[in-house]
Amino acid sequence: MSLAAPLRRRILTPTTLVLATLVAIAAFFIAQRFMYGLGAVTNINPGYPWGIWVVVDIVIGTAFGCGGFALALIVYILNKGEYHPMVRPALLGGLFGYTLAGIAVIVDLGRYWQFYNLLLPWYAQPNSVMFEVALCVMVYVIVLWIEFSPAFMERFGFKKLKATLQRYMWLFIALGVLLPTMHQSSLGSVLLVMGTKLSHLWFTPWLPVLFVTSALAMGYAVVMFEAIVVSKTFRLDSEQPLITRLSRFVGLLMAGWLALRWIDLVVAGNAGLAFAFDLKATMFWIENLLLVFAVVVLLTPQLRADERMSFVAATALLLGGALYRLDSYLVGLQPVGNWSYFPSVSEIMVSIGIIAFEILLYLVFVKTLPVLPARHGAPYGAEDVPAQPAE
Amino acid sequence: MEPIHSPKIDFDKVLGETPDAPISGHCAISRRTLLQFCAGIAASMGLSAAAGVRMAEAAMAPQRPPVIWLHGQECTGCTESLLRAYHPTLEQLLLEVISLDYHDTLCAGAGQQALDHKHKMMAEHKGKYVLVTEGGTPMKDNGIYCKVGGQTQAELIREAAEGAAAIIAIGSCASWGGVQSASPNPTGAVGTREVIPDKTVVTIPGCPPNPYNFLSTVIYLLTFGRPPELDAENRPKFAYGRLIHENCERRPHFDAGRFALEFGDEGHRQGFCLYKIGCKGPETYANCPAIGFGDVGHGAWPVGTGHPCFGCTEKGVGFTKPIHSLAALKTASPPTAYPEPTTAQGDGISAGAAAVVGAAAGVLVGAGAMLLKQMGDDKDSSAKEG
Amino acid sequence: MTNLDRRQFLTRMGAVASGAGASVVATDAEALWREPREMPPEAVGILYDSTLCIGCKACVRACKISNGMPQEIPAEHAGWNEGTWDSATSLSGKTLNVIMAYRNGTMETKDRETDGYAFVKRHCLHCVDPSCVSVCPVSAMRKDPVTGIVSYNPDACIGCRYCVYGCPFGVPQFDISGPFGRINKCQMCSHLLAEGKIPACCDVCPTGASLFGTVAGIREETERRLAAAAGSIYSFPRGELGGDRPANDAPVASYIADVYGPKAAGGTQVHYLSGVPFEKLGLPTVPDRSYARLAEGVQHTVYKFMIAPVVALAGLAFLARRNTAKTHGDGIES
Repeated sequence: MSLAAPLRRRILTPTTLVLATLVAIAAFFIAQRFMYGLGAVTNINPGYPWGIWVVVDIVIGTAFGCGGFALALIVYILNKGEYHPMVRPALLGGLFGYTLAGIAVIVDLGRYWQFYNLLLPWYAQPNSVMFEVALCVMVYVIVLWIEFSPAFMERFGFKKLKATLQRYMWLFIALGVLLPTMHQSSLGSVLLVMGTKLSHLWFTPWLPVLFVTSALAMGYAVVMFEAIVVSKTFRLDSEQPLITRLSRFVGLLMAGWLALRWIDLVVAGNAGLAFAFDLKATMFWIENLLLVFAVVVLLTPQLRADERMSFVAATALLLGGALYRLDSYLVGLQPVGNWSYFPSVSEIMVSIGIIAFEILLYLVFVKTLPVLPARHGAPYGAEDVPAQPAE
Repeated sequence: MEPIHSPKIDFDKVLGETPDAPISGHCAISRRTLLQFCAGIAASMGLSAAAGVRMAEAAMAPQRPPVIWLHGQECTGCTESLLRAYHPTLEQLLLEVISLDYHDTLCAGAGQQALDHKHKMMAEHKGKYVLVTEGGTPMKDNGIYCKVGGQTQAELIREAAEGAAAIIAIGSCASWGGVQSASPNPTGAVGTREVIPDKTVVTIPGCPPNPYNFLSTVIYLLTFGRPPELDAENRPKFAYGRLIHENCERRPHFDAGRFALEFGDEGHRQGFCLYKIGCKGPETYANCPAIGFGDVGHGAWPVGTGHPCFGCTEKGVGFTKPIHSLAALKTASPPTAYPEPTTAQGDGISAGAAAVVGAAAGVLVGAGAMLLKQMGDDKDSSAKEG
Repeated sequence: MTNLDRRQFLTRMGAVASGAGASVVATDAEALWREPREMPPEAVGILYDSTLCIGCKACVRACKISNGMPQEIPAEHAGWNEGTWDSATSLSGKTLNVIMAYRNGTMETKDRETDGYAFVKRHCLHCVDPSCVSVCPVSAMRKDPVTGIVSYNPDACIGCRYCVYGCPFGVPQFDISGPFGRINKCQMCSHLLAEGKIPACCDVCPTGASLFGTVAGIREETERRLAAAAGSIYSFPRGELGGDRPANDAPVASYIADVYGPKAAGGTQVHYLSGVPFEKLGLPTVPDRSYARLAEGVQHTVYKFMIAPVVALAGLAFLARRNTAKTHGDGIES
């Protein structure tokens, strides 16, 4: 039984044209990068070898792509079936978040033509967190495509194939929960080696736990954000009741996260750094206040029931989580030597282009494939569905 | 060195009516030539053109200052070197500008006759003559290792210093003992300053020293009646104020890390820095790289010809340190091009990048605001299919 | 939210808080840290004595020639340096070895912290427990088990630059100036060592400020220098410790009574002596243990024999299968 259907709207709109332009600009700079090297396009330097292509496109990008992971966990593992309608759009977001992160990896890798060395057993280096992240993300991208593939099969009428796949889907669902847990925590473990180069406002042995928990919360926030934005943009029915119920869970999760973070800061004796009145402390406070604000809204029944407030809270949570990653990887970095880094225009345009590409593909997919809940429009898939209340 | 002011320089007056005629009947030098020479001396000492004019006036004064020149333990190389100056030639200077009343080497007379003349001149010009000492003074065993006319060198110096208006020690031997003071210093050789510690002795070290440094000092003394500004070793600062290393023509190679590693190797043939084969330029104060050696022409000095400086002007370096051992660097400060560990590096925020980030943030905030507004509107009206 | 909910919430928060507090204390213990690595007994290294260094950059030039690296002129030097000088201002993709200067006040006296100056040579310290080796996903960074030299294999490298990011000393650098960059770092002139020669920087150093030797020999040499009275004449070996080159007989400077290297980040094979505090020379203040131990310790605890992930996968698969069968029967679709 399929409850999803394509939106069947015009693909060529002013929005998609603007997005396509941004993608074209990024493609120009990416071509430059491959012709003249990273130095010609980015501002990365010996002190900051990782710029926003790594931190924004990969670290933050995959966290934004955790919607599929978060919903799979709640729907299939914790057995909350009522969230089922939100799974496929969430998966789609994750699909592009991760796939484009993969593209960003290739653009950013200095020796991309040897990328396959990661898969050659004689080069494998299991001590490396990066090795674990790389393999895990590669597999997860494949899992995401498999998880999403029923949408294609419905659209193009591969009924039998779909049925076969559905029989084994539980395995991919399990992988789809396990793999993000592994690599999102490992994105925190990546920083464990940085004990001397990362401000202890962010450095703690708890980094893997903090990263995976906040990734999960960001996954839910993305789902909430996406549901609200999509329903408003396409003037579809609001999913606010579902969102409100999700809010409480997300709020508790992030409240626990904040508690862990602060207790660890105090116990480790690093809380004083937050009052240093420098850039790092400022960013730390912005990040924390955004998250505290989100938690307060999400845990206050009157506020979270309000669509506008839950939208603002989800946005604050996403910004806070993104900032936490930006700070951990870039702002909190204390390189050897007095280095500074700010991305160049071309570097920013590539990151913007990649995000634009994600949104563009999302728009194209929801308009051509059965992604969004079908009750909003005529079912398009091979299987016609009986009109059925969503909840 | 205090500035010398001369409100108006009347060159015509100094040059006189016949600037190109010899100054006097027995002198070939013209007023114009002398003025040019003095202007050159003044320039090399860092003085104004006005000082050059005053120097010329002093040099052309009818009463030439008498000079008594004593030799001690030495090779006469300083005198030999002086004899080879030709801007003007030394003999012109000695005969026309100063009155060389006694010189152990350049003596017409000999023996008792010469000594008598010396004593006569010292008595006649008491308090007015310039005493120049060349060579070291042995102090061991009561100074018996160098005697003239039965007197030890130390006695001769003390005697002559008594009535001297100014005392100049020429060469490294007279300045600080020179080659014979090198370990084990069998004669206990010392410089003139140690023989007469209560007098001011201007030292012009070098083995031999550049004649210009000596001539410039003499002319300065004549002109202003006092020695030029001196350093702790009583060396005139105009000549010994900077390390050879600072003005060396091979210095860029040092800064770029290009060294001759041994004689005749690629670096040596390329003219690279000679530090690693023992150049003492980094710890030796002298103006050799600026004015060269002797009066031979530029580039003609030890380092210019490919041999490391051995530090002849520097007590404790020349004749003391092995020629090919390393110099201790006395660089005043590291080169400015060297980065500091704290030097700020990396590209900061550019205007363009700030604009792009600002624009992106603006678009996001705007879109968010529009969505919020739409949500407000939707509260009142039901959602529409679009 | 009801009162009960709120109470539940607070109780939960309290539980999380106390649990976190207890565990934070526990992580301070060694439990999570992988066991430390030992210095290879035959390890070779370099002793850099800042008090002997005259900042002549002969080592920088020799390093470039010996390793075939291009000269580097920063944009801010372009005004006065039209290609005559190699004036690199930091380690970079083109510079494996750089001389920097510490300056203070009037810069009168060398090797003095106040109103003084000092030189420092920066290059790979060849850690006993290198972060770059630990973080490299494709084994492009390797530590030789005998000599302890940390070397780089461009054929393996994918250019992720995690080694650049993770090195506590800021040593490995990726050359971003062209389309086909690579990591560049000091490999202690392994190619020269193979020919029986010594690293180029030590070979050309006029004063013996850079001295090649076994780490054991270097340890003894640093002890001797620190024990020598300041001002006394000491025969500083040049080139190679125990080699046959004439020594540089020079007075001993007043050292700060410490050696940088034996303990830094778990120990390094390059040791530093100095007359000014090491942090003034830009040598980072690092703890005595390598954080690679923490990263690997955590990774190996979580992924030991892949037991935890496999068990987790089994549990998740069981739940997913049960729940999809019961609720929807057909897995992911809507």
